[in-house]
This record gives sequence, C-alpha cells and structure tokens, in this order.
Amino acid sequence: MGKWSEEKGTKDMTTATNGVNVDALLEAREVLKGAPEAAQFTWRASSKWQHGVHSEITIQNYFGLGQEQSHKEESVFQADHPEVFAATDNGITPIEYLLVGLASCLSAGVASVAQNRGIQLNSVESVVEGAHDIRGILGADSDVRNGFNDIKVTFTIDADASREDIEALVAQSQKRSAVFDALTNPTNVTVEVA
Amino acid sequence: MTPGTGERFTAVVIGAGHAGLAASYFLSQRSIDHVVLERGEIANSWRQERWESLRLLTPNWQSRLPGLRYEGPDPDGYMTMGEVTEFIERFAKICAAPVRAGLNVTSVRPAEDGYELTTSQGAISARAVVIASGACNAPAVPALADAVPAAVRQLTPFDYRDPAGLPDGGVLVVGASATGVQLAAELARSGRPVTLSVGEHTRLPRTYRGRDVLWWMDAAGVWDQRYDELEDLGRARRLPSPQLVGTPERTALDLNALGAVGVGLVGRLAAVRDGRALFSGGLRNVFSLADLKMNRLLGTFDDWAAQAGRDAEVDAPERFEPTRVPETTRLQLNLGGGEIQTIVWATGFRPDYRWLDVPVVDAKGQLRHEGGVVDSPGLYALGLPVLRRRKSTFIYGIEDDAREVVDHLARYLTAVRM
Repeated sequence: MGKWSEEKGTKDMTTATNGVNVDALLEAREVLKGAPEAAQFTWRASSKWQHGVHSEITIQNYFGLGQEQSHKEESVFQADHPEVFAATDNGITPIEYLLVGLASCLSAGVASVAQNRGIQLNSVESVVEGAHDIRGILGADSDVRNGFNDIKVTFTIDADASREDIEALVAQSQKRSAVFDALTNPTNVTVEVA
Repeated sequence: MTPGTGERFTAVVIGAGHAGLAASYFLSQRSIDHVVLERGEIANSWRQERWESLRLLTPNWQSRLPGLRYEGPDPDGYMTMGEVTEFIERFAKICAAPVRAGLNVTSVRPAEDGYELTTSQGAISARAVVIASGACNAPAVPALADAVPAAVRQLTPFDYRDPAGLPDGGVLVVGASATGVQLAAELARSGRPVTLSVGEHTRLPRTYRGRDVLWWMDAAGVWDQRYDELEDLGRARRLPSPQLVGTPERTALDLNALGAVGVGLVGRLAAVRDGRALFSGGLRNVFSLADLKMNRLLGTFDDWAAQAGRDAEVDAPERFEPTRVPETTRLQLNLGGGEIQTIVWATGFRPDYRWLDVPVVDAKGQLRHEGGVVDSPGLYALGLPVLRRRKSTFIYGIEDDAREVVDHLARYLTAVRM
C-alpha cells in the first residue's frame, strides 16, 4: 500500500523546475532548530510624509542570522489615497499594501510547497479582494471596524497535478504563510513618539 | 536513606497502566526480576483522570493485551472507563505483575550500576528502569488562560466530570481534538450554548465503507508504520487525537455533526486582550487541511482494499461532505459580558518528568528516546505517542512495543554483565 503521511507525500523532487531552492530551505530549517537566536529577524520600513495623505516608504536593511543584513537594492514605495478620497493618488492606499503582501506570500508558499512535493507549476495567478466598509475610518458608524471585513483570495493554478493536490498546495501555503498569519491572528503593535 | 541501602531489583517499571503491565509481562517471560511501582492503583489514570461519559476510541475487539482479548458480547462496542479498568486489572492478575501500589516515585537518578530511586516507601535501586508513567499526566493549558477574567470559571478535562458540574450558561471549549469535540457535544446536549475554538485538527469518520475506521487503520497497515520509517516523526508524535467518540450508535463526531447540534465554531484562540477572546480568521484553512488529509487517508484505504483483494468484504468507497464553513464566524467574544460562564481547556496534555533527575528531557518537556530506548543506558520508555509505531498509544498497540523494548533491555543487561 501507499505510505500515509500527514503532509502530502513527497514525490521526486528533481522533476519540478519551479526555481525554489528547497534544499537550502530544508537545510536552514535543520540548522535553525538548534539555533533559535539566529532565527530572530527584524524587518524594517522607513516612512517619510510627503504632502497631504501621501508618504514615501523605503526599505533596504533588516536584521537576521545574528547580524545586520541588506537587500541588494533599496526599494521605494509611494502610498497615497485615490481621487475619490479627494487625494492626489500618487500611489496605492496603505491597506492595498496588505493585499500585495498576502498575494506574494501565498504565491511564494505555493511555489515552495510545489517544489518540495515535486509538482511542476506552469502558471500561478491569484486575485486578492479585501472587503472594506470605509464608514469605519470615516467615523461615520462606530459599529463598523476600520480594517477589512473579509479577504478573499482566488488562485488559478496550472500545474502537472490533480485538483486535490493543487488544493493541498494552497492549503499548505496558508499554513506556513507569515502574512496570512499576521492578518488572521492578532499581533501586539506598539506605536511611540521618539 | 543513603544510596545502596534500599531494595534492589534488576528492573523497575514506573506505572501500572496497560504499558507498565505489558512491560512486566515480557520481563516475567524472560525471568528478569522486577517490580512495578504505582502512585495510586492499577489503571490509576483511567479511574481518576477521566470524565464520566468517556469510552475508548477503539472498538472492543481491538482491545487486546498480551494473552488477553475481549470476549464479551459486543465486539463492535467501546469500553466505558469502568470496563477499561476491569480489563487492565484482569491483565495484571493474568501476568501476576509484582505491583506495589500507593507508592510515589519522587526521584530517579543515575547510580554506579544503574539507577537509584527515591520513593515514598524508601530507596530502591535497579540496573534498568522502564518509564511507563503515561503521556498525559497534566493538562496543557496555554499561558493566555491567565488573562481570562476572574468571573469566568476555567476547567481542564481533569476537573471535568459531567455537565452538571458546570454553572448554567455559555461554554467556550478550546480545542477540537477527541476531548474537545466530545465535551462540546455533551455540553450542547445539556442545553448550554457552546462555542468551540478550532485550530488544526484530525477529522475521521467513525465508520468507513461499513467498517470502523480503526479497523481500516489496522488492516491497511497504517497503524503498524514504524517510527523510523515516517517522514516527519516529530509531527506524527504531535498529531492531535482524531475527532472520534465511542458510542453504541457509532456516529461520527466531526465539526458538521457538532454544527448540527448547535455548537458555534470559531477559529483558534489567538489571544485574550482587554477581557475579550480573539480568534484566528483562518478557520476555513484548518477545515481544508483536515478534509484534504482525511480524503488522502481514505484514498489510502481504498488503494489497499483494491490491491489486497478485499473490496468484496466492505461497502463501496464513499466520500463525506466537506466541513461546512459557517456564513459568519466570530473573531472575538467578550468574556466579561456574561455570555461565557465557563471555559474548558481541551488543549492537550503533557507528561510530567519532574521526578526524573536524568538529563533526558528536551526543552519542550518531552523525553529524548529512540523507539523507547532513552538517551541514558538502561533507561526505557513505553506508552508514548508513536513510540515505535503509529499504534503505540492505543491499548492494543502496546504489545509489539513492550516486547521490543524489553528485548532491548534484556540485551543491555547481558552486554553489561560481560
């Protein structure tokens, strides 16, 4: 009989060319099991208010593996609000950045899990929709929350695998997603004036 | 008492549950002189630490111990705790286990020729020690319990006996493994509004293709999978117990069944903040994971039945309705508002090794061992999850484990003597 495993059984890893270095990730997992201090990362974004509700955010450095690290290049993001908010629309709204984070995190997860399971991906597309009642942020109704009421992600995946295997990829990617966790579970947030 | 002045045995077994008694059975077979030390009575945890309505998850025909099998009138039924206790007592008589009851072991430490034990009845030394004190000595309650408002009564499965012991009003059951789903169902039937907090869980039907699902686990060889052939042993050992209940009606007790009796489902309890319980919004995904995993397992059963030519003995393959996602799920509950009178922590159990003065317990409080051979010469364990096989913690799973662990112990004694 086939072997039963809690996770989807691992197939031949060499057959998929999704471009994820799973060996390196699995090795890191083993190393960090015995070195929890090296696993402590701090991600950083720096924001500078521009004008109106427009801010510019830069990201380059972070801390991890026990020392300061740096991305290859600095990334610069514009965050603003659209014209229907009577704003200048120099960039996407802050809450849309959460959708950027969720979509990219889940896609990375799908690719990694597929690689680990030997599933060849041909295309992975997703649409992320966040339902938002803006009466909350406008203070129009105190019973309405500020944030999303509901987020829906729809994946369209072409892969050399059964529908059930593809659903398992998507389920496992949520299970190991930093952004999915950050959005679905409460997190302590401290905001101070320096 | 100074070391070496107490009684001396070749082997000591700690715990007179089914695991310790099975060890005794094989030690006696090999004429290894030993004693079984028991803090309470034989089958103590089954007598003291279980709720009233609990029955075994395994059907009666599967309840077997070395030299003892169920011979009653209802092979497909499930034993009550009284029946389990009787069954284990009968086993103790059959193997004439040298049990010393009402004796508390307060320390086990390495000595020159084996181990030195301090007990409530004096010192005992032995060349080998088998730890069979169980995997569920204490309820594991998350630290966030401390933030629950004082007006809410908090219970663990060790405190719970029956619904009558709870105040009237709403109950939040945290955890949806076997314990959580059973208590949620029982409390809902008592007329209390019940909310169940659901994290990752193991969904199983009670019967599949006309047979008990545990018949399939056994027949298809899943339960015999060895610890050293599993891809992720750590994960297998942490697997939540399946959503099963042993009832005469052999009904499923999955989340759909709980929904049908009015139990409200919420996500994993993530925090208690300002008197409010905050739940994860990831409920759909834990449903998907559990449904997918169950269907893979059922697929394994189908493959086995086809390959082994057993299709004619069982009903046709079937698939179950996916876990129904509630239209809306609550992300928070006000614990101070009176809606919730009681919280039941069905969040698992942990072993207690505070008495073990040998450096073999890891940072998470689990014993370091390789198939029951503990990381200290002459020290052994039995009755822990997936100790040597998937079936290790089930009553009938102990026979193979105990035989092999005692084989190792006997070889160790011989080797040390040479």
